[in-house]
Amino acid sequence: MSTATSEGRSEIKPAATLIFTWGNPSRGDDAIGPEIYQQLKKLELENVELQTDFQLQIEHVIDLEDRERILFIDASVSATAPFEFNRIYAEQDDSYTTHAMSPQSLLSVYEKVNKQAAPPAFMFSVRGYAFDLGLPISNKAAFNLDKAMFFIKKQIINNDTKHWQKTIQNLNPENVYF
Amino acid sequence: MTTPLETADHPEQLERIVIEPLTRVEGHGKVTLLQDENKHIKQARLHIVEFRGFEKFIQGRPYWELPVLVQRLCGICPVSHHLAAAKACDMLVGARDLTPTAEKIRRLMHFGQTLQSHALHFFHLCSPDLLFGFDDVVRHRNIVGVIEDHPEIAKQGVLLRKYGQEVIRLTAGKRIHGTGAIPGGVNKSLNREEIDYLLKDIDKIVQWSVDAVALIKRIFFEQLDYHMAFASIDSSMMSMIAEDGAFDIYHGGLRAVDKNGNTIFDHVDYTCYNDYIKEGVKNWSYMKFPFIESIGAENGWYRVGPLARVNNCDFFTTPLAEKERIEFKAVGNGKPVQSSLAYHWARLIELLHCSESINELLHDPDISGTDLLNKGDMQHTGIGVLEAPRGTLFHHYEIDDDSIVTRANLIVSTTNNNQAMNESIRQVASNYLDGNQLTEPLLNQIEVAIRAYDPCLSCATHAMGKMPLEISLVNEKDEIIDRLEKRVDGNIRRTL
Repeated sequence: MSTATSEGRSEIKPAATLIFTWGNPSRGDDAIGPEIYQQLKKLELENVELQTDFQLQIEHVIDLEDRERILFIDASVSATAPFEFNRIYAEQDDSYTTHAMSPQSLLSVYEKVNKQAAPPAFMFSVRGYAFDLGLPISNKAAFNLDKAMFFIKKQIINNDTKHWQKTIQNLNPENVYF
Repeated sequence: MTTPLETADHPEQLERIVIEPLTRVEGHGKVTLLQDENKHIKQARLHIVEFRGFEKFIQGRPYWELPVLVQRLCGICPVSHHLAAAKACDMLVGARDLTPTAEKIRRLMHFGQTLQSHALHFFHLCSPDLLFGFDDVVRHRNIVGVIEDHPEIAKQGVLLRKYGQEVIRLTAGKRIHGTGAIPGGVNKSLNREEIDYLLKDIDKIVQWSVDAVALIKRIFFEQLDYHMAFASIDSSMMSMIAEDGAFDIYHGGLRAVDKNGNTIFDHVDYTCYNDYIKEGVKNWSYMKFPFIESIGAENGWYRVGPLARVNNCDFFTTPLAEKERIEFKAVGNGKPVQSSLAYHWARLIELLHCSESINELLHDPDISGTDLLNKGDMQHTGIGVLEAPRGTLFHHYEIDDDSIVTRANLIVSTTNNNQAMNESIRQVASNYLDGNQLTEPLLNQIEVAIRAYDPCLSCATHAMGKMPLEISLVNEKDEIIDRLEKRVDGNIRRTL
């Protein structure tokens, strides 16, 4: 275990890439984020830190510190199927007024608290359909999840921000085959 | 059971104003206000608009899954459900007492949970209202406004919450979906390295907690009359209490006092809660309305949470929190402090107690012990009760001979406060909205009253959602004649 600094952060330089997934494993397609976390964990990626939680919250700004790039992964009710991959930026919205925050709002709080620009951040949204308590991941979402994992393994885990940017420009998820 | 403003005489003749959904509370709720043509409030209700049966979700599962499974009920207070279920499972496996190590590790986890929950609520959900006033512009009245104007306070809130999460991570074994508490005890204690890691920052955490109490007192006393009166209702209060009357959020008996501080019941064995607490229903809300049976459904409602706990206890075991409790109680002049905004003050006294208690436990050699489990004869009924950050939390399970859950009943903190929250919005509606044209700052006062309770509607209804604010005006024919919408960027626009 690492030791704490005066502000509760690790003294060991964190991994360059943070992949942060979130969702509730017992709420149907909301489990997509935690499921991707589990699958990525098995890959034992170098210089990548994986984190997962029920939802984004204010203290996660500390997890963003000293990173070269950040990838947020979540299920989405509005993303184009099977998934969307976008660059995101700090943006003040109203989500901090609930018990859960948006990634953009988290980046905004990061910049206000640390008085510096947030690391380059990307959002990977996998289309989900049913989020009721007790449901498993739906068949349609499972199909999207498979395509998403194929894409992530091929295009994202190389830890190259420029490559991610280029991938976004050329992305057509409809043409992801595996 | 009805109270003034709960039901109007002729609601069909009134305008209906809907505040939906609420912001800065967890889950999904709405408030409806019925005004007559002279803008007088004739009816006010807090509705819960979504219901999902979590108890059903639990039935059919083996009991040993419960402490992990129930954490998925809520992303805000999973540790409270984890520990309440573990306590119920202790009873199922016949573990009448825990080993000192197991009990202290669980207490440490619970203090960490309460610390982080209270820090989030005060610093990031409610401080904007209190620091800037209820009628500050919406765009500024949020956490970004706090960061810009009070960067040190916002940062302390982040780090206090982070520290509480670290206590949870080390005691529960994982950052989320912790497995630390198991039937009959815990599955790990803390090693030297883990203790040193937490000790490194604890002095600063205690100091920030002291500062937080000083801040809320400064705010509260600056407008004492207003803060004492706002959303103030006379209510009974219920909380857990230690055998010697000390403040205790992990284990003890139940104490209830009436609005004057007279005892209704005391040191009640919580496994007998069914003999004292009943749950009523109303046809306009999915959330139940618990009440103290000896007083009856009409007047037996009560409040739980920080306000009730600090009012009810005889003393705190930690010196700094005890000093603050004495000052807090003095405001009540010998009676319970009934101001709803005093929830914030009480919450921060609890935050301070949690910090002090974590410090004490980190110096207790028992938390490194190796005797982790107790067991006894299996039982068919398991009841676990504790004080979650928002109030008293009941978990009650029945299992069959195959150890499968056949029945579950959960009374969560927010449900306990259901009637009280309704009473508070009626008080605000009567005192601040009656006769006025509705505006966003005025409507925010309704939300401020509800937010004081830190309701977790996710727990109460098992629903989660994002909450832009919508205000609809509906006539007696149920036609929407006006609608104001507060969008996610904070802008307000009329959508009709």
